[in-house]
Amino acid sequence: MEITPEKLRWIYTTMYRIRRFEEVLLEQTVLGKSMGVAHTSDGEEAGPTGICAHLTDADWIGSTHRGHGHCIAKGVDTAGMMAEIFGKYTGLCKGKGGSMHIADFAKGMLGANGIVGAGIPLAVGAALSAKLKGNGTVGVSFFGDGATGEGTIHESMNLASVWKLPVIFVCENNHYAESTPVEYAVSVPDIADRAAGYSMPGVVVDGMDVFAVYDAAGEAIARARAGEGPTFLELKTYRYHGHYHADDPHTYRLPEEEELWKARDPLPNFERRVIEQDLMDEVELERIRNEIDQEIQDAVAFAEESPLPPIDELYTDVYTNYSNSVRGLR
Amino acid sequence: MATDTKSSPLGPGFDVPGSEIRYREAFNKTLFDELRRDPDVFIMGEDVAGGAGREHLGIIDSWGGAFAATKGLIQEFGAERIRDTPISEAGFVGAAIGAALTGSRPVVDLMYFDFITVAWDQLLSNAAKNRYMFGGQGKVPLTLFARSGVAAGYSAQHSQNFYSIVAHIPGLKCVVPSDAYTCRGLLAAAIRDDDPVIVCNHKKLINMSSFVPDESYTIELGKGRYVRRGSDVTLVGMSYTTEVCRVAAELLAEQGIDAEIVDMLSLSPIDEDIVLESVTKTNRIVIVDEDTPRCNMATDIAALVADKAFDSLDAPIKRVTGPHTPVPYSKPLEDAFVPSPEDVVATTVALMGR
Ligand SMILES: Cc1ncc(C[n+]2csc(CCOP(=O)(O)OP(=O)(O)O)c2C)c(N)n1
Ligand SMILES: [Mg+2]
Repeated sequence: MEITPEKLRWIYTTMYRIRRFEEVLLEQTVLGKSMGVAHTSDGEEAGPTGICAHLTDADWIGSTHRGHGHCIAKGVDTAGMMAEIFGKYTGLCKGKGGSMHIADFAKGMLGANGIVGAGIPLAVGAALSAKLKGNGTVGVSFFGDGATGEGTIHESMNLASVWKLPVIFVCENNHYAESTPVEYAVSVPDIADRAAGYSMPGVVVDGMDVFAVYDAAGEAIARARAGEGPTFLELKTYRYHGHYHADDPHTYRLPEEEELWKARDPLPNFERRVIEQDLMDEVELERIRNEIDQEIQDAVAFAEESPLPPIDELYTDVYTNYSNSVRGLR
Repeated sequence: MATDTKSSPLGPGFDVPGSEIRYREAFNKTLFDELRRDPDVFIMGEDVAGGAGREHLGIIDSWGGAFAATKGLIQEFGAERIRDTPISEAGFVGAAIGAALTGSRPVVDLMYFDFITVAWDQLLSNAAKNRYMFGGQGKVPLTLFARSGVAAGYSAQHSQNFYSIVAHIPGLKCVVPSDAYTCRGLLAAAIRDDDPVIVCNHKKLINMSSFVPDESYTIELGKGRYVRRGSDVTLVGMSYTTEVCRVAAELLAEQGIDAEIVDMLSLSPIDEDIVLESVTKTNRIVIVDEDTPRCNMATDIAALVADKAFDSLDAPIKRVTGPHTPVPYSKPLEDAFVPSPEDVVATTVALMGR
């Protein structure tokens, strides 16, 4: 599939932004700057980037507990994300959500979700809106290999299929759900095989290769926009760190396995490709990296300096309107 | 040995061998006891062992549950009885109910109490109703445990106290231990009970220590206890709010107010007698519940007192609870959400003036 020079730059910038955000966030979390748990997605950057490269702000994505990459690929501001995770009032959700609950509706980001499998039907609903309104937008649902054990994925795939909804199911198979290996918890070698049971195309994609993801997503999203219904993409990928910041992955996986995946790292993979094909040069790549390093450093400074939410925020946003006081007995 | 909590008004006399251990250790010890005691008992849940299926790589017991509740079990009891599950709460809770109906005694780790909603239909429509609607033929000796409550930035979807929702359902039982000692006795009783019992482990209690006898014991379901005797006012706690009441009682003592603390321990069945006995003596009551205020346990207990002890009241029944909001993430908001000892003191002091 053809990629414009601007798109190429966007792809590299986005992947590197996710990588850097996650690395810095982990450091900051260890320093105690995050007010809660942080699930990082470094290693998995090619997936959200290759998918969201085809989306606009008018398209919706649904996300998971491991949602930073999805947010960033959808164009969500990294300073607002960092501030949210630091529990600050300038965070995207006023500090009321945290890492597991970042949303930015203006960017078509329907929200990270702390309940495994709970975000999937939301993307189906976005696709239903798109169909009812006939506006040509699509819904994209990101979820993990572990989430395919939940009923919501099966119900959602069937719904999307029988209603021919413009939705793309994106399974980020990083081979683990917490400490549980995918081969223990999932009954098929390729999760994409399950698509057949719901009469939709199921495609296995190299989730470490952003070009492969870009191509597969382009086709699926074009199909959806053309009214031909849902597609299931399984991205084979790997999370470099533990399940969350304090998890040691070596209790359940071997360093040799990690090395194999890291040898296929999506960033050097991309760099090699574009340099070989004379599409970008090292000077430009380095300039992008420097810019992003600065951006993330600024995001941390912004988050640090931002104020905490005022206590009255505890009582706002429960309803759009409500005739009782939500202060309860206070 | 069944310890009789009535032998001393403050619980057991503790004239038995034992030691100070953490809540999580008491929990883990009890699972060992019960798995050894009864071959029909088995455990299942996500990552209760961890790294499932990788024993050939030398990987075993890599997680041991979300708060190490199940750590070490697989090494003694094996992967059949310490069973890791896919992320399929409706499926495996339903399967646990089916297993319970057919002679097994499943113990399910739901990890976070919030996830009970994913399995809710199975609990509500099957576990709670099977025995009744089939005329008493079957029984469901299921134990389900999870971490509950507000702590450490777990935010809106991982902080809820759903015990009032469980207690609302005829057919389900619910216990809320408040320290390591009650955790061990209530968990053992839950596992040996022939009905479905939900065990709530508050996150803030899990690393706290208290004296626990070495030998196994049970605490009768449906019985509360006094953790402090006093004459001026009754403070009612459940789960972590019992701890909040303890701190509040110390602060009140400094002001010359002598508070009695009733620790509910069970919410279904519930110990009506201990609440009524205490309030009949003190004539004032403050009920402390971390849950949101509408239709919560504090409201239920307040109604009980209004119905059955109205004449002994010298002041209105007071409840100290969370607000009618989801649980926020940012620390200052989270702190403002939870009932604090200071909130309890302020409410109590205001009440004493009446
Ligand atoms: C309904 C529900 N069950 C369990 C959990 C606990 N939990 C959080 S993440 C996770 C693993 C998810 O695995 P996967 O879907 O593969 O996503 P990954 O973490 O690998 O990105 C589990 C079990 C949860 N948050 N929600
Ligand atoms: Mg996974």
